[in-house]
Amino acid sequence: MLKYFLARLLTFLPTFVGVTLISFSFIRLLPGDPIIVMAGERGMSEERYNALMQEFGFDQPILVQYWDYLLGVVQGDLGQSFVTKRPVWDEFFALFPATLELSICAMIFAVMLGLPAGVIAAVNRGKLPDRLFMSIALVGYSMPIFWWALLLIIVFSGNLGMTPVSGRIDLLYYFDSTTGFMLIDSLLSGQEGAFRSAVRHLILPVIVLGTIPLAVIARQTRSAMLEVLSEDYIRTARAKGLTPARVNGIHALRNALIPVITVIGLMVGTLLAGAILTETIFSWPGIGKWMVDSIFRRDYPVVQGGLMLIAVMVMIVNLTVDVLYGFINPKIRKR
Amino acid sequence: MDHASTDEIKSQAPARPGRLSEFWYYFRENRGAVIGLWIFAAFVIVAAGANLLAPYDPTEQFREFTLVPPFWADGGNFAFPLGTDPLGRDMLSRLLHGARYSFFVGIVVVSVAAFGGILIGLLAGFAPKWVDTIIMRIMDIILAFPSLLLALVLVAILGPSLTNAMIAIAIVLQPHYVRLTRASVMSERGKDYVTSARVVGAGLPRLMFITVLPNCLAPIIVQAALSFSTAILDAAALGFLGMGAQPPTPEWGTMLADAREFILRAWWVVTFPGLAILVTVLAINLMGDGLRDALDPKLKRS
Repeated sequence: MLKYFLARLLTFLPTFVGVTLISFSFIRLLPGDPIIVMAGERGMSEERYNALMQEFGFDQPILVQYWDYLLGVVQGDLGQSFVTKRPVWDEFFALFPATLELSICAMIFAVMLGLPAGVIAAVNRGKLPDRLFMSIALVGYSMPIFWWALLLIIVFSGNLGMTPVSGRIDLLYYFDSTTGFMLIDSLLSGQEGAFRSAVRHLILPVIVLGTIPLAVIARQTRSAMLEVLSEDYIRTARAKGLTPARVNGIHALRNALIPVITVIGLMVGTLLAGAILTETIFSWPGIGKWMVDSIFRRDYPVVQGGLMLIAVMVMIVNLTVDVLYGFINPKIRKR
Repeated sequence: MDHASTDEIKSQAPARPGRLSEFWYYFRENRGAVIGLWIFAAFVIVAAGANLLAPYDPTEQFREFTLVPPFWADGGNFAFPLGTDPLGRDMLSRLLHGARYSFFVGIVVVSVAAFGGILIGLLAGFAPKWVDTIIMRIMDIILAFPSLLLALVLVAILGPSLTNAMIAIAIVLQPHYVRLTRASVMSERGKDYVTSARVVGAGLPRLMFITVLPNCLAPIIVQAALSFSTAILDAAALGFLGMGAQPPTPEWGTMLADAREFILRAWWVVTFPGLAILVTVLAINLMGDGLRDALDPKLKRS
């Protein structure tokens, strides 16, 4: 097990270096001189320009710049945003809880609906519930979520006036952020209606972000269940006279869950990509919107740092899933 | 007997009978796939004949007819069956022309990504271990970035346009082909027919492209169908974020971005472009499922 873990860790390091190299070189490839962009429309004197070139190290040879950058990354120093002048690292982790809250809720939504749908479809294979659920899942899987978001806004915010269209909470409420999770903070604040407001702001983004994972989980659960249901031990369990609910719900589902959990783990990338669109549409102050805004503002340190942090996060989650999977399923370790 | 004459005999021999009809037999069994195929055929016809089918030029502005609703709604006008957008352009004409862009995006992205991916994957499968390791690490690095984010940053570097969006999406999708091809090559390479081809004296290029590649194609074809729909979705998403096709191009994602501020006043400018994307992507995914059932022997008859 330890050997497997170390081997996986060993492939992690070169990928990590590659990711830093890519995010580093992207910024050097972006059109326009970053210093001139930073100066904005006012322009700047030549001395000031040279001073800034020196301050940011742009006058150094490219390899020295990369080495400085890599040292900074390891120490948690990703430079400052051109726009807000705050450290990129701090901004990222200030905004991250918003994205995390949204993603966790979207995953809960997807699992709570997708898992039962997949099980029901598999158990009723070929019958109406199977066809119905799998058709819906395929539509969800094919959904352009930015359009889905607009449709939900038209119906629920426009026609029914039930949900707000942007932000995390009404401006009426103000309290200090303790955990960064609006649901928890609003409860802790003790203000009447704050929690409800937070929930109402969360509903549409969660549905939008959760739609594709929901479809993927339903499809994956169905196929994993179908595979397990044809195994001998399921026949044994049935022969012993266990109720169908017990056989399907406990014996079969438990083993079908392994591939499903893997899929869930590997969906972090999908979630973050979805968060870019969802957060932009709902003005959700998370890292997805932050990245898009920074790309448009040409805020290079933010784009560079954010890109790297997101990639590293995806890599860490994938590594964890891999290791956990090796832990659950010893066959994998042998390879 | 020398190689040339073996080849001649092979080329004269009839193609393995029934391969295509067997494929069609399994494909036809999946009713959804057949429906998908019909919708996709309609999509291709629309894309090809947009000029003839569209009643107006997609960029022509009828200034006195802005935001006309579809013909069945109050105030609708038969001259503009699906209504007009805020600039008075005919929605139907724009949608029909949009099919052309989406089809173009799908074809170009899949061709570029598949061609590059298959080539690199074959290389990785046949090259010495260290080359293979380097290639696969590079693919891991590309896959570590969420695809849409990577495409977004790539487009920011290259400059926002449909061409650059296609390049970015092709780069992002290509590692999947590399992995698939390499995995198939790895499992085929040790089989007897490959060894015998090598013993007979087939060179490396022949082994790669003529002996092994045809036997690796099934999963790649399925992947091509699925990434066709991913390409359309991603290009529309980039267009929606303002990083894809630029207005006034009637690309579906760009049309949605233009329509955003009117969502509560004019539902049709928002509904139709998205519906077009959804139906197209759905049809291709249905077809992809059918292809997988028909081509993948492991899942066959399951």
